[in-house]
Amino acid sequence: MTRQQSQKLAAGLISVTAVIVILPIVLVVVYVIVKGIGAISWEFLTQPPSNGMTEGGIFPALLGTIILTFGTAVAAIPLAIGAAIYLAEYAGDNRITRAIRLAIVNLAGIPSIVYGLFGLGMFVLFFNFGTSILAGALTLGLMTLPVVISTAEEAILAVPQEFRVVSLSLGASRWQTIRHQVLPHALPGIITGVILGLGRAAGETAPILFTVAAFYLPELPKSIFDQTMALPYHLYVIATQVPGMPLSIQYGTALVLLFIVLSFTLVATVIRTVMRRRREW
Amino acid sequence: MVRGEMTSKLSIRDLSFTYADGAQALRQINMDIQANELFVLFGPSRAGKTTLLRLLNRLADLLDSTQRTGEILVNGRDIYAPTVDVIHLRRRIGMVFAVPTPLPGSIYDNLAYGLQMAGIRDRQVIAERVERSLRQAALWEEVKDRLQDSAFALSGGQKQRMCLARSLVLEPDVILLDNPTSGLDPISTAMVEESLFELKQQYTIIMVPHSVQQASRVADRAAFLLNGEVVEIGSQQQIFIHPKDKRTEDYVTGRFG
Amino acid sequence: MSTVDEAPVSWQEQPQADAPARRNWAELIIETLIRLSGISAVVIITLIFLFLLKEGAPAFVQVPIRNLLSARWYPIEDMFGLLPLLVGSLLVTIGAVVIAVPLGLTTAVYLGEFAPPWQREILKPVIEVLAGIPSIVLGFLGWVALAPLIQAAGAATGLTAFTGAIILAYMSLPTIISITEDALYAVPKEYRDGALALGATQWQTIWRVVLPAARSGIVIAVMLGIGRAIGETMAVMLVTGNAANIPQFGLGAFFQPVRTMTATIAAEMGEVAQGSLHYSVLFAIGIVLFLITFLVNSLATRFIGGRTRRRGGQI
Repeated sequence: MTRQQSQKLAAGLISVTAVIVILPIVLVVVYVIVKGIGAISWEFLTQPPSNGMTEGGIFPALLGTIILTFGTAVAAIPLAIGAAIYLAEYAGDNRITRAIRLAIVNLAGIPSIVYGLFGLGMFVLFFNFGTSILAGALTLGLMTLPVVISTAEEAILAVPQEFRVVSLSLGASRWQTIRHQVLPHALPGIITGVILGLGRAAGETAPILFTVAAFYLPELPKSIFDQTMALPYHLYVIATQVPGMPLSIQYGTALVLLFIVLSFTLVATVIRTVMRRRREW
Repeated sequence: MVRGEMTSKLSIRDLSFTYADGAQALRQINMDIQANELFVLFGPSRAGKTTLLRLLNRLADLLDSTQRTGEILVNGRDIYAPTVDVIHLRRRIGMVFAVPTPLPGSIYDNLAYGLQMAGIRDRQVIAERVERSLRQAALWEEVKDRLQDSAFALSGGQKQRMCLARSLVLEPDVILLDNPTSGLDPISTAMVEESLFELKQQYTIIMVPHSVQQASRVADRAAFLLNGEVVEIGSQQQIFIHPKDKRTEDYVTGRFG
Repeated sequence: MSTVDEAPVSWQEQPQADAPARRNWAELIIETLIRLSGISAVVIITLIFLFLLKEGAPAFVQVPIRNLLSARWYPIEDMFGLLPLLVGSLLVTIGAVVIAVPLGLTTAVYLGEFAPPWQREILKPVIEVLAGIPSIVLGFLGWVALAPLIQAAGAATGLTAFTGAIILAYMSLPTIISITEDALYAVPKEYRDGALALGATQWQTIWRVVLPAARSGIVIAVMLGIGRAIGETMAVMLVTGNAANIPQFGLGAFFQPVRTMTATIAAEMGEVAQGSLHYSVLFAIGIVLFLITFLVNSLATRFIGGRTRRRGGQI
């Protein structure tokens, strides 16, 4: 084969594989939309399931996901931003810093089911919170921590060094510099990272399996010590545990979940793009 | 000529400084700088001039794993003593950097920043000092009607004069100028140099110049630095016209640069 | 004389005036909180390991090793052979890697070397969409759509290791693609220019110059992709058939139902009594998963060079 031929062959094959990767993604999203849109209605979103889940809506699960996502935010954001500030502004080049970074990389790689086990052992049992929103939110929060720390740190490091040096040369303290000349400009990037992390948390099933998720609750949760239903677990349950479950409702649930998670991604991307354009420097 | 420690504004005694990677930037630097003089540090690049400036306002504290021996005394007191409040020090020793570096925000925000960080809240006081410093930097007339505009909208020369005003608003004792006119057009350069002559009546100025020519224009006294060492110190007359050291002479006459 | 500070204190002494002191206290608290947050990552991962150990150690103590290493996973009769679960995870992961690595590499090459900018603008968001799809949704689709397809194509059942491998492959793709992309991007332009100047075609340049130069980055991408695949739970739970048997040897093994370690924990933890032997063994499986991913991630980090940053540097 001549060089030209091998070039053409390679280019062709590579393009084909790119299609093999991209096409199914598009198909998947379209398929879920097509098969699920029929089930979507105002009632579907605001009514609880009935008749052994084979009819009705997904409201409790939807509410549960919203509550858990909010709880995840509360649990993860302060700690993550604090850690990111530490790594970006205070940490020296020493063993402790290396240990922290190793810990973060590994936390990011821990399987979600293992987080579920930890949540069970520590929050549900040891702290005796029981299966509850509190336990679930803490577990999801821990799982979200490494991702938010990484993106927040990146956003902070992206702030030009000049601002810090100038601020210090004008007699500002280190914290004043961070508060006035670093964090405000890192905020869009931090918010983007937070939203992406929360989107991921909203779609996770394994961490909530043993910490909060309920098959069916006749009432909505009233406190953080109550259990709640949640969309990802709900989808799992109706797809595998309920005989005679109409496919349309299954696809509808999947569509709602997909929509929520992808909306987070979209919002995060929009914020990132808009903020980048508005930057003065 | 030997001057006593008590009468110098700023004294540097046997100062040596090494970076984290082992490169020694300064060796046994000794110099005395008098109050209200315009003292110039000149020499080829990588001679240690910027490093020396960064040590004078302790910005070099930000670097890890460096080694420093010797003393720096301002008004007779060691600025590296443990009881020194670095933040207060940096308000008294201001710095203007080679590249104009506005902070994001309006011109007014830039100038008010240092005062606000120092705890001054009175808007009247801030406004007065902002105006005063802008006048001293010869920028007031050009920006007085647009103080709320973004500082990034200024021209290069205006930005740099704003940075100068930003330091002046804190009413320091000493001003460190690191190549303040690099990248400026000749007119802006002349304006900055012009304002220096007025400023030194109130402040002590230590400057790294853009060129030997600029150094000879503005200096009261100057020190020639080469490879981290002080080769020679003298008055404008001495060092630029009758240098004692051959290396100084070669550099001043442009035989190396 | 400066009027900046509240009291006419020279900078040689500690500021005695009130405002600076108050500023110092508040800042001290804030900076302490920040430092504590920094350490938290280490504290958390240590806690996780300790808790897993606490709940899972009884399994290692009370269940004989021969039992744990046997090929029968039948907890009702106190048989806790982990081998079928390990094999299940292994099959699915290897299958996913075999599918995902070539696809991911070539897609990254396409994006980095062949695709015109307008295509990149479209393709990269699509890949990000894939990264965002929840695993339960992909598992669900595998269950209702993909498995029947595979069954129709001739397999005895559609719920097999192969089905799981496909789904996992797609879930690992975004990681593999983006890290490989970064690695390719990091190859200096001079390498490419040099090869092209010597008359090489674009493909020859990529194959012989760029890819070898990006080798370590690619290895990292693959390792992180593997880590992601091993740890996945919901997707494999729905499509791999959940049969805790070791399939017979041979290529046909891929088309048998299997059970992964992750799915085992997820499926059975809801039904065990706290503190029971079964409960401890499930935690023990968790320990194994933790160690495997810890190993993979730590190795991958070795390859990545440290990032040094000089603070207060030149302007």
